[in-house]
Amino acid sequence: MRTAFIQELIRQARTHPRIFLVVGDLGYSVVEPFASEFPDRFLNAGVAEQNMTSLAAGLASEGWHVFTYSIANFPTLRCLEQIRNDVCYHRLPVTVVAVGAGLAYGNLGFSHHGIHDIAALRPLPNLTLLSPADPGEAAEAVQWLAENPGPSYLRLGKAGEKTLHTVQGSSLGPIRVSKPASAGPASIAFAATGSVLSVALEAAERLAAQGQPVTVFSCSRLKPADREAFAELWKYPRIVTFEEHVLAGGFGSLLRELAPDGIRMRSLIVPETLTSVVGSQEYLRTQAGLTVDAAIRALESFSASPTTR
Amino acid sequence: MSEPLPMNLPSVAVGVPPAVESGVSPGGPPGSVTVRTEPAPTIRSSVDLAAAIRAHALRMVTRAKASHVAGALSMADLLAVLYSGVLRHRPDQPDWPDRDRFLLSKGHSCTAVYATLALRGFFPESELATYGQDGSRLMAHISHKVPGVEFSTGSLGHGLPFGLGKALAAQRDRKPWRVFTLLSDGELDEGSNWEAILLAPQHRLDNLVALVDYNKIQSLGSVAEVAELHPLADKFRAFRWAVREVAGHDHNAIRDALETVPWEPGRPSCLIAHTTKGRGVDFMQDQLAWHYKSPSPAQLADALRQLGCPD
Ligand SMILES: Cc1ncc(C[n+]2csc(CCOP(=O)(O)OP(=O)(O)O)c2C)c(N)n1
Ligand SMILES: [Mg+2]
Repeated sequence: MRTAFIQELIRQARTHPRIFLVVGDLGYSVVEPFASEFPDRFLNAGVAEQNMTSLAAGLASEGWHVFTYSIANFPTLRCLEQIRNDVCYHRLPVTVVAVGAGLAYGNLGFSHHGIHDIAALRPLPNLTLLSPADPGEAAEAVQWLAENPGPSYLRLGKAGEKTLHTVQGSSLGPIRVSKPASAGPASIAFAATGSVLSVALEAAERLAAQGQPVTVFSCSRLKPADREAFAELWKYPRIVTFEEHVLAGGFGSLLRELAPDGIRMRSLIVPETLTSVVGSQEYLRTQAGLTVDAAIRALESFSASPTTR
Repeated sequence: MSEPLPMNLPSVAVGVPPAVESGVSPGGPPGSVTVRTEPAPTIRSSVDLAAAIRAHALRMVTRAKASHVAGALSMADLLAVLYSGVLRHRPDQPDWPDRDRFLLSKGHSCTAVYATLALRGFFPESELATYGQDGSRLMAHISHKVPGVEFSTGSLGHGLPFGLGKALAAQRDRKPWRVFTLLSDGELDEGSNWEAILLAPQHRLDNLVALVDYNKIQSLGSVAEVAELHPLADKFRAFRWAVREVAGHDHNAIRDALETVPWEPGRPSCLIAHTTKGRGVDFMQDQLAWHYKSPSPAQLADALRQLGCPD
């Protein structure tokens, strides 16, 4: 995803002369092509995220569209107030880019688990929050941001994510059908944000083989979001959500805030207690219960307890 | 585990032959990295300890295909001296109340600390093999779930402010222990450090020691290219710290400085250690790329040979 990001940013910078990239001493073997093509529109602010974010806001106040770039929690939580006050409140065109969101940097430990960012940023005014699932969605997000500069957050995986579906143009909406149900009409939807969409797709595949149709949605825009924006989803009375984030304030929590009465949900999330051990993204997903098996169990639990939500 | 190491080790062993490897590596599948579980080579001096720390750090990152080895190598000598008689600690009682507190603020270099603690007997050396693996407590940024580790870091710029708080606690509670915080140079870009640097002398915290691993390289360039720190000693002095500069791989110089803190009553101490990133392995020295790269098995063998610790 970060390769798709930087390639698309370079492409957009060629036609948008006010795009500027500021990095927090990160991006080795990623950002160099941008820096060499646009030396006057690139800055390494050093390991100093608060300064990076406020100076980006300053640049933005003079007409630049600034992308700040770092990993995991450093460009978000470390400088949350700079994002809130300087960028969002002043409605300035700064796009905060975090690489390695979720559990992508699993074995780097707690400091590098990006599992609180959605909750932290979603309440901020004027902010657009994009959480693409694959390289195509990441490129689409960058195109959209270049056309629509404003306070924004781009939540990326790391490198090497597979392409999960075809994305055309910059028709960015809150949700898209990633995989229609094998034999409709389905009454169950899987809704995922970020690269964990791959787990939802795999689970749907397995269920289809068992004769259970499920529609899979990819939700890459988490803000702005209102009940209307997710209208497609509300056609399904039972929804399972997937995210590499804690429940509180995350994607499943967002859908619970918006869902009309009568819709039942299960959420596969990262528990707050997953903090003592390390492992690959794969391993930590298993520990967290972000797996195909867990998705199928979540479905079964709908029938087991018909009244709980 | 071999015999516990004596608390005090000289910088250089006197009148003993150079340490030799006594362990035999079990053979693994081709291309795999064997991790020694046999007793460590004899460690008679802090210089021996530093070599053993470097060797372990290299094995760990190779096995885990992890980054950040060069910064572990650059601070190995500081750790070896700290843990050879400077720090008051008890490996069999990691939470001994009167221990000196050591904090690693540059948490990405945790391999060197895990190795030091294992070699010192805080936990079995064999556990080092689990570094960064699924289910391990040896996270790839330092974790306080590991015996002997006071504080988890990984996000730069937290160690010194936290250390200030500990030093204040010792002062207010009239405790004899001291706080040693090891920082990187790139990390000094963070404003949080300068907030602590400003406040520590205000409260006369002469029980606080900052060690700077001044290897002149950070993540995306040299310190000179990104945000020049020079003259660093003058900056700390202007903030009312007592400052000394040493050659960061010279054990006698490091020891002389650390054994005599505080250098000025009422002032926190800053030891600026001029180091080489990747120290001890010729192809890693002063190479930005080795902030990221993980050695191949052949490179590991070469590196261990250079350190005099072949597997
Ligand atoms: C707050 C924060 N921002 C960014 C990073 C990513 N990062 C890891 S190491 C590093 C810099 C490496 O250089 P330096 O700090 O000098 O460490 P050393 O040379 O001792 O390895 C950066 C930017 C981080 N860990 N924490
Ligand atoms: Mg450095």
